[in-house]
Amino acid sequence: MSIIPHPLTQFPWRVLLLLLAIAGFGTLVLYSAAGGSIFPWAINQGVRFCIFSGMAMALSRIPVDIFARFTFAAYGALLAALVLVELIGGVAGGSQRWINLGFMQLQPSEFMKPVIVLTVARFYAMLPVGEIRRWNAIWPALVLIGLPWSLVLVQPDLGTATMIAAGGVTVMFLAGLPLRLFVGSGLAVAAAIPIAFSFLHDYQQKRVLIFLDPESDPLGAGYHISQSKIAIGSGGIWGKGFLQGTQSHLDYLPEGHTDFVFATMAEEWGLVGGVLMIGGFLLLFRWGLRVAMRTQDKFARMAAAGLTTTIFFYVAINLMMVMGLAPVVGIPLPFMSYGGSSMLTVMMCIGIIMAIDRSSRRQQRPGNWA
Amino acid sequence: MKFLTSKRKTVTEATQSFTFTRRAMVLGGVQGAVGAMLIGRMAWISVAENEKYNALSESNRVNLTLIPPRRGWILDRNGRALANNRTDFRVDLIPQRMVDAEGTIKHLAQLLSLESDEVDRIREELDKSAGFRPVQVADTLTYDQFAAVSVRLPDLPGVAPSQGFSRYYPAGATVGHLLGYVGAATAEEYKERKNPLLITPGFKVGKDGLEKAFDRHLTGKPGAKRVEVTARGKIVRELTTRPDTPGRTIKLTIDAGLQEFAGRRLATQSGSVVVIDCKNGDVLAMASMPSFDPNSFSDGISHLEWDMLSKDDHVPLRNKTLQGLYPPGSTVKPMVALALLEAGVGPEETISCGGAIRVGNTLFHCHRRRGHGALNMRGAIAQSCDIYFYQMAQRIGMDRIAAMARRVGMGQRFDLPFPSQSYGTVPDPAWKERKYNQKWQVYDTVNATIGQGYMLINPLQMAVMAARLATGRQLTPNFLFGAARPAAPLAGTTEEHLTVIRDAMSAVVNGGGTGGAARMNVPGVLIAGKTGTAQVRRITMAERAGGVRGNSSLAFKLRDHALFQGFAPFDNPRYAVGCIIEHGGHMIRNEDAPMIASDTLSYLFDPTKAMEKLVTLEKGWGGTPAERQERQMAAFRLARAIEKGEAPPPVADNAANATNAVAQNATASAPDDSDDAPPPPGSDGADVP
Repeated sequence: MSIIPHPLTQFPWRVLLLLLAIAGFGTLVLYSAAGGSIFPWAINQGVRFCIFSGMAMALSRIPVDIFARFTFAAYGALLAALVLVELIGGVAGGSQRWINLGFMQLQPSEFMKPVIVLTVARFYAMLPVGEIRRWNAIWPALVLIGLPWSLVLVQPDLGTATMIAAGGVTVMFLAGLPLRLFVGSGLAVAAAIPIAFSFLHDYQQKRVLIFLDPESDPLGAGYHISQSKIAIGSGGIWGKGFLQGTQSHLDYLPEGHTDFVFATMAEEWGLVGGVLMIGGFLLLFRWGLRVAMRTQDKFARMAAAGLTTTIFFYVAINLMMVMGLAPVVGIPLPFMSYGGSSMLTVMMCIGIIMAIDRSSRRQQRPGNWA
Repeated sequence: MKFLTSKRKTVTEATQSFTFTRRAMVLGGVQGAVGAMLIGRMAWISVAENEKYNALSESNRVNLTLIPPRRGWILDRNGRALANNRTDFRVDLIPQRMVDAEGTIKHLAQLLSLESDEVDRIREELDKSAGFRPVQVADTLTYDQFAAVSVRLPDLPGVAPSQGFSRYYPAGATVGHLLGYVGAATAEEYKERKNPLLITPGFKVGKDGLEKAFDRHLTGKPGAKRVEVTARGKIVRELTTRPDTPGRTIKLTIDAGLQEFAGRRLATQSGSVVVIDCKNGDVLAMASMPSFDPNSFSDGISHLEWDMLSKDDHVPLRNKTLQGLYPPGSTVKPMVALALLEAGVGPEETISCGGAIRVGNTLFHCHRRRGHGALNMRGAIAQSCDIYFYQMAQRIGMDRIAAMARRVGMGQRFDLPFPSQSYGTVPDPAWKERKYNQKWQVYDTVNATIGQGYMLINPLQMAVMAARLATGRQLTPNFLFGAARPAAPLAGTTEEHLTVIRDAMSAVVNGGGTGGAARMNVPGVLIAGKTGTAQVRRITMAERAGGVRGNSSLAFKLRDHALFQGFAPFDNPRYAVGCIIEHGGHMIRNEDAPMIASDTLSYLFDPTKAMEKLVTLEKGWGGTPAERQERQMAAFRLARAIEKGEAPPPVADNAANATNAVAQNATASAPDDSDDAPPPPGSDGADVP
């Protein structure tokens, strides 16, 4: 076929280059956010990206069957860990998302994001074809999703809980459950919102209203969103230029290197930078979904599409939050936001999708040659 | 829906795979749509609303700081500065930016070595300022102190060091009541005017006196400094600076040297001196002592100093020249005599004084118990004979006297650039009827004739009275140098009558009269004047029978006021003076009204000699007013500390200083005055009533 050795052509160059571009850009933004210094963020982020890329490559070598086999075990372990977090958190008092393992801090809810996708996918892969339109196809999935969702929600961590539910429901959608279920529950939720709103406490209502109109409280709860919009808006089409952002460099933008890193980027790179970045992410999602559509194995294809959507949720929720379309829930932007655990999760997703890609090509190749 | 239902029973691997592919494509479509929506949203914010957010970003980044304009100078008639500006390094606190107020204050107190009463003042102002008004920590810092604060700024949020100008009054306390003082605008003033300049650190508004009256004139236009600041308010760099436009200067009629001299010449007494130019009514000096030092007000006065000033029985916080009202006593006699002349009383008509006269049921005494014998008008004025005026006044009636009193300026409210002015009373039958609903009695006339009873005057009016008697023109006081004013109209008196009065007033001083102490030691210049004593208590029949108590045996507040009005030279009046010593009681000759007034006038004729005399005298009084006040302050601080139990009660040496100062403060209580003061030049030993 080609003079290039087979392992090299098989290597997922294009997606790796795409990731490298996105993460490289992210590192550049962090360099600027630190006031033109690779310390403390850019260097850490770069090193992390290299390590986690290696991990993703390693994951991509693992046969998909292995993932399928250990899915439920991982799910059970994480569920136990979540309960443990709740118990220890109870002792410590207040919201607790971490377990201290002595050598590192473990955040089980973070791992639950990909694992719930795998678990639900595994469930539907095991489900006989004819059962898909029965009640039996629905309630076990709802239980599988509901357990970690409620455990994370009481931590309380609304953002992660939402992502767990969304990831699980996406796989349910992909598994082929009747469309009316989704349409119906969507409408029901929409109808319930005003009723639920009236049950909220005054201060909670106020918070929601401030989210809807952040300028009404620019120094209080609306401060993050106001400043973020100012950063994005003042960037204009071409941005203020690299290292020229005032909102981030003069500390008006809070969390300018973590959750609001997009605003930091947009201020300096403008709409152009934003379009390129969103475009890059869309290419990544397209790759993930194409892998899913190429794959014949039910678990694998649902997993690939579900994991892609998990990354999509990260990006969408973060960007909507930064642009004032969603409340501030603390979901980081993959590859851009400074922080280890979100990058670990996203790279795990990428690694698993790569593994799926690899195995689906393996299956296809003999067929092609036969 | 129909499509799905029809498939219901025929779900196979193939159809499921097809469903997956289709739904994955839907998912991809949704992702693409969300991506497009996000791009659209971002484009809306950054392109359509770019202008709005750019402005917000700029207003975040750029902080416009006003540079307080330098205040216009206040000059005296010769161009000498009465108030100017001095460069200083200062530190302010901006309450709303402070994080740990207590810690910050402690840190600053230690850095700048602040006194504990200063720290108390800062705390108090911090409580009152309600966030938007800066509170001054200290000014007139050395460069080292300023630098010490500046380098620690990151640890001291809310602390604002700056280099600016502060108001300086070279003459200190002696111009206190004349010029007033400046201070930071109050919350009420800011609410009223809404001018951001008012809350700019270092900006001061006139609070009293001429500083207040001419505030707008003296305030310049602020400059502005655009600086780039971080969210925490730290200044990153300066962008542009527009310099301030200083306020306009004003030139006063005041003679700076004379003003200071007059203030110092008032010695330890609570009193005031006003000097008026007889040509046009220009006020050359208007001193009220003791006074606050306006310099300490411009810096934000300490609680302790304020406390001391407000508790002093010499009322340093009241402007006695305009707000002090006193019975004029015998100083009205030349005015009454002028009324007599106009009513047809001849200057040579005599009255025999036997020491007392019965009016109605009451026996009215002359100040000289033995009586003066037969006296004409000149003698009556010179000797200040009460009986002469009792009798003569009854002859012409009160209405004519009251009319003359008003013509010489008594009870008149002058158009002055001062916030408040008490203008006294000229009683007459109509006034009494109106005010008390009582009929005017003969004894009222008798009382008014010697400036007692209802009659009240302020020191400025007394100087005006002297000037009008001297010139026969309706002079009014003026403070603005070169102000275009019509020449003062004639008072309608005849030159012949005025000569009689001037001659009699000269006899008071130079002709063996009651004002011998006022004799001026300037060759060729004779001063004319009239002494006065105003009782502030009632002398009962019983006391009179047993001998009237001497002033020195009375409490300060019960002592008589000592007054003097006059002009010089007597035959061609150039300057007029009014002097009132509150509760002076004529106890210390060189601190009594006649000599103070005379020395003050002599400064205009021979400043060197006058100054020499003053310096000699001041040695006996414990130094200049500033030195005396400093000592008084130290004593007060010590007394306060003892009261609070923070310092041991005075024993021997360590309190000697304090006791001295207290003694100085209460010099008036020492009756044997001549022992510790050098014999004043030009004293002739004549008795003062």
